[in-house]
Amino acid sequence: MSEAPAVRLVEVHKAYRRGAQRVPVLAGITFDIAAGEFLALMGPSGSGKSTLLNLIAGIDQADSGDVIVAGENLARLPERLLADWRATHVGFIFQFYNLMPVLTAYENVQLPLLLTDLPRRERRAHVEHALSLVGLADRMSHYPNELSGGQQQRVAIARALITDPPLIVADEPTGDLDRESAADVLHMMQALNRELGKTIIMVTHDQRAADHAHSIMRLDKGVLWSNPDDAAAVQPAGQG
Amino acid sequence: MRAVPLAYSLRNLWTRRLTTVLTAGGMALVVFVFAAVLMLDQGLKDTLVATGAVDNAVLIRRGSGTEIQSGIERAQIGIVEAQPQVALGAGGTALASREVVVLIGLAKRGAPDSVANVVVRGVGAVGLSLRPQLRITEGREFRPGSDEIIVAHNIRRRFEGADLGQTLSFGGRSWRIVGLFDAGGSGFDSEVWGDADQFMQAFRRNGYSALVVKLNDPEAFDAFLLGIESDPRLTVEAKREPVFYADQSQAMSTFLTVLGLALSIIFSVGAVIGAMITMYAAVAARVGEIGTLRALGFRAGGVLLAFLLESLLLSLVGAAVGLAAASLLQTYTVSTMNFQSFSELAFGFRLTTAIVLKTLAFSLVMGLAGGLLPALRAARMNIVEALRAA
Ligand SMILES: Nc1ncnc2c1ncn2[C@@H]1O[C@H](COP(=O)(O)OP(=O)(O)OP(=O)(O)O)[C@@H](O)[C@H]1O
Ligand SMILES: [Mg+2]
Repeated sequence: MSEAPAVRLVEVHKAYRRGAQRVPVLAGITFDIAAGEFLALMGPSGSGKSTLLNLIAGIDQADSGDVIVAGENLARLPERLLADWRATHVGFIFQFYNLMPVLTAYENVQLPLLLTDLPRRERRAHVEHALSLVGLADRMSHYPNELSGGQQQRVAIARALITDPPLIVADEPTGDLDRESAADVLHMMQALNRELGKTIIMVTHDQRAADHAHSIMRLDKGVLWSNPDDAAAVQPAGQG
Repeated sequence: MRAVPLAYSLRNLWTRRLTTVLTAGGMALVVFVFAAVLMLDQGLKDTLVATGAVDNAVLIRRGSGTEIQSGIERAQIGIVEAQPQVALGAGGTALASREVVVLIGLAKRGAPDSVANVVVRGVGAVGLSLRPQLRITEGREFRPGSDEIIVAHNIRRRFEGADLGQTLSFGGRSWRIVGLFDAGGSGFDSEVWGDADQFMQAFRRNGYSALVVKLNDPEAFDAFLLGIESDPRLTVEAKREPVFYADQSQAMSTFLTVLGLALSIIFSVGAVIGAMITMYAAVAARVGEIGTLRALGFRAGGVLLAFLLESLLLSLVGAAVGLAAASLLQTYTVSTMNFQSFSELAFGFRLTTAIVLKTLAFSLVMGLAGGLLPALRAARMNIVEALRAA
């Protein structure tokens, strides 16, 4: 456990303004997530789970406090550099897959690689490998609307891991899937964590999904609570 | 900056092809008008410039503007013909054509009540040989000193009784058509030619309208001009023949371009607004995709470029269709009033590389104008809000 944490949050505050009213969402959150952790983030609707995840993923900015991910203090990066940082450090998995409907599975997975200097031939090898990892080697030229929800989410997983980022964030990745597809997706995420050593933060409402993680944290009323049933919640469980 | 792949923009246009076709169609219409005006202006210029040869000089009375309004006394003609820069023909006579230019009214073919002005040109003995672009295609040349005339094909086609072997009446006499000619798309293609002295008598003129001389050498024009302008006995002005006819077209050319460009600009406002509405709709429909692209690491500039590109591609489709339609105009001949001479002049639409490039630039400007604000909206979108909207 001597490794630097993958994510360090220090006194993070975030509020939204609704008209003249100020709605506090995160009220001084402080915690670390170790590298190689698979963390499930739970809590009631509107508790700020997505907000917290977005801060860690570098697509939103805290009002105050430090968000340090992979050694980088995100508040200090201007948006242009933050975009470049996301391209190399974070893989995204969304509830509704968020594939580009006009691009094939192959092209969707390749998209983040277009932000690198990788030559076409190597891109091809990477994309084919990633798609075979998620069991879709035979669906490369399919468009998203020719794939089932579960298959689309597997394409999205391939897209999330294609640049080999240390961190993967997933906001309700199984929220739109039937139980069987959800289980597939969760097993794949476990494999990413175990075999490729990715740090994963997953927001979920589903206890069954959360059970696939090493640890569970609950967010409520702007504050993080570690699960009393899960002794190791705040202290990262380390490599599985 | 890393760009969103071109396929993304192209396929989105294809996905909403009905909107694409309608929007590009609006742009195509504007492009068509824009290109057609430039082509017409080009056709007019080509026609009038082809009317002249560089080593010919045209002289008319100073300040008269056109051959029709000009009159030159015989004494002055002699002085001009004696200038050292004037080429000499066999037997040492000056290669000069003393010409009479008058307008007559002729009945249009198929509409005998409708009369249009036609230029009748009487030329000297060398008048034909000074204009090598003029070829007799049927019949023969008129004999000097006779009542014979030759008629351009355009005139034969458009006017009653102007065929080979028929006679035309003007200047109180009848004139027999003994030949038809083609003048290579020049202004002479809308004229009737005969003997200058015969026309002088018929129209009771005592001065010529113009004098056309061939110079020893095209380079000799400046010296020739100096000689003409510095001679106090002369009240004539000289121009190179192509310049003379190009100047004649200036008013019409300006009219066409101003009218045409004004129309294009008014229409283009509509097309740009159309493109803008289409692109705003495209941005609104793809908010989630924009958020996703930004989350994946594409910069705001990359997203801006993708939507701008989409709008530019849209305008290129419009340009291609508009230009293709405009190029079909090349088969038409327009006959219209030449404002300077009030005679009919036939000319065509001419598409040139320069016009294609100008039209492409014009449509890209339309695409840019229509796409910029929507693309800026896409680029400035807040990532989290865009993703929530998905
Ligand atoms: N752009 C915004 N403007 C105003 N309020 C916002 C905005 N985004 C989020 N909020 C508010 O912040 C709070 C937390 O939102 P967040 O999306 O993080 O919740 P969540 O825990 O992910 O909820 P859910 O489980 O329903 O996804 C909510 O009360 C929400 O209404
Ligand atoms: Mg949420």
